[in-house]
Amino acid sequence: MYAFIFFLTFLLIYTIFAVYAERKISAFIQDRYGPMEVGYYGLLQTVADLLKLIQKEDIVPAAADRKLFKPGPIVVFVAVFAGFAVLPLTSGFQGAEVQIGLFYLLAIISLDVVGILLSGWGSNSKYALFGAMRSVAQIISYEIPLGLSILCVIMISQTLSLQEIIYQQGIYAQNIDQEAVNYLFGIKALGVETTNVGGFLTWNIFRAPIFFVAYLIFFIASLAECNRAPFDIPEAESELVAGFHVEYSGFRWALIMLSEYGLMLLVSFLGAILFLGGWNSPLPNIGSVALADWTTGEPGTVAGHLWGAFWLIGKALLTVAVQMWIRWTYPRLRLDQLMNLSWKYLTPAAIILVLLSALWRLLMI
Amino acid sequence: MNDYWKNIRTTHKTLKTGLKITARHLKAARNSRNPMSPKNENYFDQQNGIMTTQYPKEVIPVPHHGRYKLHNEIDDCIVCDKCAKICPVDCIDIEPIRSPEEFGKTSDGTPKRIYAARFDIDMAKCCFCGLCTTVCPTECLTMTDEYDFSEFDYKEHNFEFGEMTPLEILEKKKAFEEYTAKKEAEKKTKVESSPKSKIPIKPKIGGGPAKPAMKPKISGASASKPKIPIRPRIPKKDDGESNQNLDKD
Repeated sequence: MYAFIFFLTFLLIYTIFAVYAERKISAFIQDRYGPMEVGYYGLLQTVADLLKLIQKEDIVPAAADRKLFKPGPIVVFVAVFAGFAVLPLTSGFQGAEVQIGLFYLLAIISLDVVGILLSGWGSNSKYALFGAMRSVAQIISYEIPLGLSILCVIMISQTLSLQEIIYQQGIYAQNIDQEAVNYLFGIKALGVETTNVGGFLTWNIFRAPIFFVAYLIFFIASLAECNRAPFDIPEAESELVAGFHVEYSGFRWALIMLSEYGLMLLVSFLGAILFLGGWNSPLPNIGSVALADWTTGEPGTVAGHLWGAFWLIGKALLTVAVQMWIRWTYPRLRLDQLMNLSWKYLTPAAIILVLLSALWRLLMI
Repeated sequence: MNDYWKNIRTTHKTLKTGLKITARHLKAARNSRNPMSPKNENYFDQQNGIMTTQYPKEVIPVPHHGRYKLHNEIDDCIVCDKCAKICPVDCIDIEPIRSPEEFGKTSDGTPKRIYAARFDIDMAKCCFCGLCTTVCPTECLTMTDEYDFSEFDYKEHNFEFGEMTPLEILEKKKAFEEYTAKKEAEKKTKVESSPKSKIPIKPKIGGGPAKPAMKPKISGASASKPKIPIRPRIPKKDDGESNQNLDKD
């Protein structure tokens, strides 16, 4: 229950500031100021926008299919928010400690397609329908490289539990499994043991350096999953106005925006957990300077909670910032380019990576 | 197959370049440009940082005699009506009242003989051609650097420069009517006393139509007028230059 309350408030506050950050980052990239008037340096702009938004009339178009139109955004939001249920924020703070957390997460994120299709179809508008169709085609295509890149992690970690995947990537690996040993780059033959060194050296992208590519694939696919630029053809302002949510207004529209930003955060969390060490500190122990010990905190203690939350949220928010940076840099991909990238480049690369991960696993034991 | 790897390579390279460019702008956004006039010679040195200005709080200076809102210095105006005549869109509306005698001088010494009961410039109609300022003989009509004068009602774009109260207008009108009536009477007596005289034509100006044209000015010029620039000056120059021109004149 406490995780539910925490994540709901966190998501709302995060969204307010993420929208503000997005507007500021885009403004700075384009040599503008961005919002400046409401609050100091425009800090309260999104709050003002939100207040305006919830006062707006909830319009249901006359020709829309009410039964599909109205629950659309709710399904989208629920699918995204349910994902947070299994997210381990720290070593001891997690909504549900599910053994198949990763599997559940992948399944529940995919449900978001149903909501998009509901709202797109229910709107009975050509733009909304186009947007929904594109969104579904895109998400289904990109689910494959996404799933395959996650499969690489599962093969190296040998578990579907998110908490366990994080434990393996730090100095407390032996808390979960007595015999867990980490070697530099995951190669036992090198003979450099890093179990007690921790830091970034035991992150998954260093435990198996092929994960640099896997993380890249994961990141690209997750962008497509969130319908973020450069994969925003479902929303494509310049051609579809707003895509599947073009007919929504007021609170329902706000819910769709909330889920978009929520999904960004969720995949950033997931990326940080799977590849970037989760709640583990990036600072390694160097001889007597035990930076990792000092900045990780014993699991279960207050220090462990605080450090863990700090590192994981920090990593996730940094990834969100990179997503924004990318959005304001790259032009949108055309539908054929989108399919091209997914099926011809990312999917084969991900399949090869799955194979390589299997081989890497052999080096690790 | 070669293309396949080449595509990956070029994609990688171009995406990296793009990110670098935006990152540079993001970093440069710590500085914002300092609002300087395009006339400043360092204007183009500011290539990085935030380029927009927070308008009402920060203003980019425009030349002092920009081509924006019109201003009439009514004390220097001789109500010659030239500006109203040249205006291509008829945005200047003048109602003159002739005065029986010279009632003052402008700052450049031109005698004033006509009151401006009304001197309205409708900036909503104005096309900012600047012709009125070039024909103005006393240079009282100028274009200023004020460009932010939007209003909720376009009627408020009609700027009134006449400073006379209705009572004053009435008084002056009456005074001139009395004067013309007196003249009329004098003329009658003169015509009766000496018929077939050609003289009356000249002094008759007073009884002419409402348009004062440029007559009063010319008649006054002979009396005391050091300089009237007949050649219209182009006012769209900055302060320093126009001052130099004045000196030359």
